[in-house]
Amino acid sequence: MSGVQRATASDSNAITSPLLSVRDLRVRFGTKRGVAHVVNGLSYDVAPGETVAIVGESGSGKSVGVMALLGLVPQPPGRVEGDVWFEGRNLATASERELRQVRGNRVAMVFQDPMTSLNPVLTIGRQLGESLRLHHGASRREADARAVELLDLVGIPSPRQRLGDYPHQFSGGMRQRVMIAMGVVTNPSLLIADEPTTALDVTTQAQIVELVQELQQRLGMAIVWITHDLGVVAGLAHRVLVMYAGRIIESGIVDDLLGDPRHPYTRGLLASLPRPGRDRPARLFAIPGLPPDPVALPAGCAFWERCSYRLDDTERDSVPALREVAPGHHVACVYDVPAIERT
Amino acid sequence: MTIEILPGAPLRSRRAEVWSAVLANRLALGGLAVLAVLALAAVVGPSVAPFGANEQAILDRFEGPSWRHWFGTDDLGRDVFSRVLIAARGSLQVGVISVGIALGLGVPIGMVAGYYGGIADSALMRLMDIVFSFPAILLAIAIVAVRGPGLTNAMIAIGIVYMPIFARIARGSVIAVRSEVYVRAARSIGATDGRILRRHVLPNIVAPIIVQTSLSLAFAILSEAALSFLGLGVQPPQPSWGRMLADGRGFIRQAPWLGIFPGLAILGTVMSFNLVGDGLRDALDPRQKSVIESRGQEIA
Amino acid sequence: MSGDTLPEVSDTLLEVSDPLLEVSDLAVHFRARGKGVVKAVDGVSFNVRRGETLGIVGESGCGKSTTGLALLRLVEPTAGSVRLDGVELAGLRGGALRAMRKRVAMIFQDPYASLNPRLSIGDIVAEPLEVHGLHAGRTARRMRVDELLTMVGLDPNFRTRYPHELSGGQRQRVGIARALATEPDVIVADEPISALDVSVQAQIINLLEDLQGDLGLTYLFIAHDLAAVQHISHRVAVMYLGRIVELADRVTLYEAPAHPYTQALLSAIPVADTAVERARTRIVLTGDVPSPRDPPPGCNFAGRCPRAEDACRDVDPVLEPLRVGHDVACLVARRELADGDSPAAVTRP
Repeated sequence: MSGVQRATASDSNAITSPLLSVRDLRVRFGTKRGVAHVVNGLSYDVAPGETVAIVGESGSGKSVGVMALLGLVPQPPGRVEGDVWFEGRNLATASERELRQVRGNRVAMVFQDPMTSLNPVLTIGRQLGESLRLHHGASRREADARAVELLDLVGIPSPRQRLGDYPHQFSGGMRQRVMIAMGVVTNPSLLIADEPTTALDVTTQAQIVELVQELQQRLGMAIVWITHDLGVVAGLAHRVLVMYAGRIIESGIVDDLLGDPRHPYTRGLLASLPRPGRDRPARLFAIPGLPPDPVALPAGCAFWERCSYRLDDTERDSVPALREVAPGHHVACVYDVPAIERT
Repeated sequence: MTIEILPGAPLRSRRAEVWSAVLANRLALGGLAVLAVLALAAVVGPSVAPFGANEQAILDRFEGPSWRHWFGTDDLGRDVFSRVLIAARGSLQVGVISVGIALGLGVPIGMVAGYYGGIADSALMRLMDIVFSFPAILLAIAIVAVRGPGLTNAMIAIGIVYMPIFARIARGSVIAVRSEVYVRAARSIGATDGRILRRHVLPNIVAPIIVQTSLSLAFAILSEAALSFLGLGVQPPQPSWGRMLADGRGFIRQAPWLGIFPGLAILGTVMSFNLVGDGLRDALDPRQKSVIESRGQEIA
Repeated sequence: MSGDTLPEVSDTLLEVSDPLLEVSDLAVHFRARGKGVVKAVDGVSFNVRRGETLGIVGESGCGKSTTGLALLRLVEPTAGSVRLDGVELAGLRGGALRAMRKRVAMIFQDPYASLNPRLSIGDIVAEPLEVHGLHAGRTARRMRVDELLTMVGLDPNFRTRYPHELSGGQRQRVGIARALATEPDVIVADEPISALDVSVQAQIINLLEDLQGDLGLTYLFIAHDLAAVQHISHRVAVMYLGRIVELADRVTLYEAPAHPYTQALLSAIPVADTAVERARTRIVLTGDVPSPRDPPPGCNFAGRCPRAEDACRDVDPVLEPLRVGHDVACLVARRELADGDSPAAVTRP
């Protein structure tokens, strides 16, 4: 399964104990139609300073998976099981009070739509300073000074003047920067970003990605970045986890995963991306069918129905386990996909 | 050429779905049952009532509830149960017809105002504001002064008084719906405004209107009581719950049942309308919302 | 077939030289709340030949969606002309306007919002037929609905379902079926795939291409996803703040973009290839896209342009041919060509 080493080969980091360790995380929801199994046994580690990308489409459980890490899944109607080890504590069994000490303090979260995460009736200065005053007892002056520092850090021009502005006075890209500023204000060791650039223009996205990378260099925080965009992953992540129907179906160093994808779903995703220029395929590959309904998950491999590589009925009954196909590269598939390709 | 997508079993017809949704809602079912009883009372009341509505028996006046007189007798010895039963017709009529008038006038006005905006909107809504600012009773008196007392005029009066509420609700809903993409899509295929209002706007604004209808039915029945108190509503010898309630006020010490039973009848009717209204509103919404899915944004 | 040489327009392309759709100086100005004018579309001109796909790409606020809406008169053009097969659309009213709607159809972005939740799929697809009195009679109409559903890859039994029972991709197919109902000449697709999952996007792109081949459709493909636009279009127009800044066939636009904005856009697109991502140096633009409310004098892009010169802030560049089949609205690009410079090195994969 996911290793603990830093991803880039050029790094000479020693093997350190993981900052975040998720073990067999499961999340179910009670719905009118039955129990929805949204996250089904998620296990992975994140090393300090590392960027792990979680890739999946809607229904893959990627968002619920990280909400569950910080106890943000309402229980009921949800039910969360499993362990989440962070800085020596198991967040899954922590009290609400302990969790609040962690959220916004040791772990920062940035969401897709900054407009809904920011309070429209409070100034940016107030909101930025909130976690400082809350977690560190800073005075109003201290908090403001730090807020100005941060706005500057995230590249917002004229930060002192902007302290008194309200969220709607900022553009989408700026608001996302403010969210990031709010995230790093307490110098967290982990930043969780859930599709932070999906709603942004591609040029703004490039700016935000660059900003996050700079911040990571400076502050040494680890990042869990959730996205459906494999291009962003290529430029940002050290390691990648691909999720489907609530499980990790492939994981590895980004070069390995994108260069040599072993799971039929990963291959399908990559093949369905339009590639302009010399490599333009005459026709895009399209994975047929739809992802399974979380209320009615198949007994075996969740991707079996749509798989173009399946040779027989083997995986209809048992969920394939993750197996290591190359150092640090794990796939939940019984077939040797490259071999099938060659025939 | 194209990818075939497997459908799965086709579901029941729309009507069957709506019915089963209503029936599944037990509260609504209860309300429906009560309404059925009331409707029955309205139709056959006078025939099955044990006593006449105005059968006086002075010797038996102010008798409390007993086996002979289930709801007791009033100051003239009339059987309260029979009167309540017979009055059902009048009160339900008032409720349904006056709200029908309010709906029938108010919703189209609100729809036109909301859809077209501009001058039409300002003019119509100012008109509604004027009507709305008249105290209901005053307006009713004015209408009755012109047309004379009686059930019909009472219903017209109440209908006009409630019209602005429906207009306002319809207008607000239409404003929300008219900027929906499917309305734009309907315009793009060449649908006329009339068609858009009929097929796209109206079905999507019924929910708040239904809720308001059940609320208004309640108030209509109560308004009739006020009018009857002033002698402007249902005229004697026809009994009406409102009047019985008003009359019962005077005897609240010695014969509380004179007010309680008509009051309960009103309460029961109003509650049933509300429950059925809620159930219908929920049932008419073809969307099944689950925890995970809502309007395209899946949490997972 | 690998490698992308010349863009192929369908073999059924008529030899006729007149374009099917001619847009000249289209402008859509809105009065802003308070004062000022929002120039959402500010003088846009392009032609589209029958059977061709013209892609319009740009970021938020560039006016591409408004352009599409203006073509269908869902938003009223403030100025300019739109000619379909020689017929001027801008001034049409009443019956003539309604008749036009048979020939130009639209596919909308949000598959969840573009279908009336209270109508069945069958009703939704049949509505254009009802409105225009086509395929009259229950059987004929039902057959046409079934035909349309099959064309878009849905089993005809979907007829009785309701939108909420369908997935995003399926709903978008319904939207496409509805657009095809009246056998239109031109289909304006406004961000048809951006609200869909990645794996479904490919399905829809393939579907649109197949339909174009089978029915000889002409598309205006509006999107912010340059990769998708490049894939499906024959020619691509890049819009910025209400104007077209570059227009070229897809190969040229990708290999030799001349306008600095196009270059920045291309360099910002992430590619799912780590070698490429590591090697590239991005042109990262400063600041945000200015609001179309108060465009600065001169070139709209001058404020963020890495190659802007003084002249750029004084003169409004006009969209003019740089070479055959390649139009650009940029003084610097034009000057570089005139000076014999090769176009600035573009950092893109």
